[in-house]
Amino acid sequence: MTTTATQRPPATAPAPGKPAPRRPRRRDGLAGWGFFAPFGVLFAVFMLWPIGHGLYLSFTDQSLTGSGGDLVGFANYLEAFAEAEMWQSIGNTLWFTLLSTVPLVLIALVMALLVEQGLPGKWLWRLAFFMPYLLASTVVSLIWIWLFNPQLGAINSVLTGIGLPAQPWLQDPSLSMVSIVIATIWWTVGFNFLLYIAAIQGIPDQHYEAASLDGAGKWRQLFSITLPQLAPTTVVVVILQVLASLKVFDQIYQMMNQVVTPSTQSAIVYIFDSGFTGYRFGYASAVSYIFFAVVLLVSLVQFRITARKGS
Amino acid sequence: MTVAIPRRDSIRRPGKPGEKRYGAGRIAAFAVLVVLAVSWLLPIAWAVATSLQTEADAGSAPVSWIGESGVTFAAYAKLLAEGNVPLWAVNSVLSSVAITLITVGTSAMAAYAFSRLDFRGRTWLYAVSIASIMVPPQVLIIPLYYQMLAFNMVDTYWGLILPQVIAPAMVFILKKFFDQLPVELEEAARVDGASRLRVFWSIVLPLSRPILAAVSIFVFIGAWNNFLWPFLVINDTTLMTLPVGLQTVKSAFGVQYAENMAMSILAALPLIVLFLFFQRQIIKGIATTGFGGT
Repeated sequence: MTTTATQRPPATAPAPGKPAPRRPRRRDGLAGWGFFAPFGVLFAVFMLWPIGHGLYLSFTDQSLTGSGGDLVGFANYLEAFAEAEMWQSIGNTLWFTLLSTVPLVLIALVMALLVEQGLPGKWLWRLAFFMPYLLASTVVSLIWIWLFNPQLGAINSVLTGIGLPAQPWLQDPSLSMVSIVIATIWWTVGFNFLLYIAAIQGIPDQHYEAASLDGAGKWRQLFSITLPQLAPTTVVVVILQVLASLKVFDQIYQMMNQVVTPSTQSAIVYIFDSGFTGYRFGYASAVSYIFFAVVLLVSLVQFRITARKGS
Repeated sequence: MTVAIPRRDSIRRPGKPGEKRYGAGRIAAFAVLVVLAVSWLLPIAWAVATSLQTEADAGSAPVSWIGESGVTFAAYAKLLAEGNVPLWAVNSVLSSVAITLITVGTSAMAAYAFSRLDFRGRTWLYAVSIASIMVPPQVLIIPLYYQMLAFNMVDTYWGLILPQVIAPAMVFILKKFFDQLPVELEEAARVDGASRLRVFWSIVLPLSRPILAAVSIFVFIGAWNNFLWPFLVINDTTLMTLPVGLQTVKSAFGVQYAENMAMSILAALPLIVLFLFFQRQIIKGIATTGFGGT
């Protein structure tokens, strides 16, 4: 986009003499598209096209190996709806989302409230709580697989040290999801913690000064000023957290050692497995769209709840 | 737009300054904070401790902070000497920097077009871009991979980078920021004959440094730690990023605990060091961008 390009008269110039209220629009036309183009091209090729192509694939029996590709109507969707494993993976995903969101919001809030009490060593607390968020999922998984190790793991050695029985954390189907949730809380709570820190610091000081003058104690200030002021933040944090938790893949795939287990398989793991282990691109695309519909539905429900609370 | 920014000097004292005393409540708060912080630091400390043991010590009971053979850097030395870790680190830096530059550059230009330029199709283009924020990238892995096969981009830097550079949420954040910049400066420059590109480059971008830094930090951390896409599109060991490389070595090594932990620490170190130096900027960047720029 150069100066000459932006100032070149547009191809469909208005008739001469006609007052041109639309001239600014026309003058910006080329510049506007020019500025949009780099993003627009990438967006079209790597976002819009896959969205459309994925929808098409979901109606075919396309295989990763290149064979197939014939239209099969709704066969993939019908098969997915009848497949217990798919429903279980969506159920696991919702379960993980519930199990992880509540502590990820509450612990983050408690951490932020405590750190903002003005206790000494603020940078150290922030470092401690936020640092895990900077780690790649692989690093987090490696560390927690080691901590959860049944014989040599630190967690079991602490448990047996205080007289409790050792647990087969990741190996036990009834415990593996909880183990993954624990690792996830440790890993990502720092993000929500930062959002709360920013929000607490955004509360005007005058509120507290006025409350102090009126004789309100700290607990009173917490419940009458801080928490109500943080309500909009909590809405944002919960929405972001639910969306993030629904997309869980990395830590499950890695901590379960790439083995698909019925009790931990998430929706994305199931899509990945159908597509790249089972080579069934058509079927995996159909499941992608079903899962996308679930995400939209959850977002819609959240939106309805928060909108009602807001009114 | 109110950017809630953690300020260094804003330690809030809910009580009046005169009341600042170390009562039971403060001590309890401090205690809880210490317990939480220790719990959060222990896993990393434990990983460091394991990485400094011999494999024999790490792999045998009883579990201890320091192995019987004492502290050794053998695991690190072995990794740096024969592993691909340095190569993967280079790949991670190259791809993350490229992703950040392309994402922020194209997003800022598009956001400027949406914010300032009046062109045909602007409204619906913006609507489509914003609507796509709802699409989780993970549900596109199948058609995107298919596309990479068609473009011959599997096992290439382009295949690694290009599908990761579309961030409609960043366009949204930047547009909101541009919307509240005063338009007078730009108009004056236009009257003086500056082109749109010149205005964008010399006026808008310098005024937007804080938000550009925030968005860049956010995008960089995401790219640096991304696993699923690089894992899918890269099979060539020499092109892997750190998170992907680690995963393959973990599966191959099996029970090399000290080495696994040493590798984790090596992979984590760059961002942690960066965080120690730029703590305030990174926190601000995450907080601003995380809220969607509000």
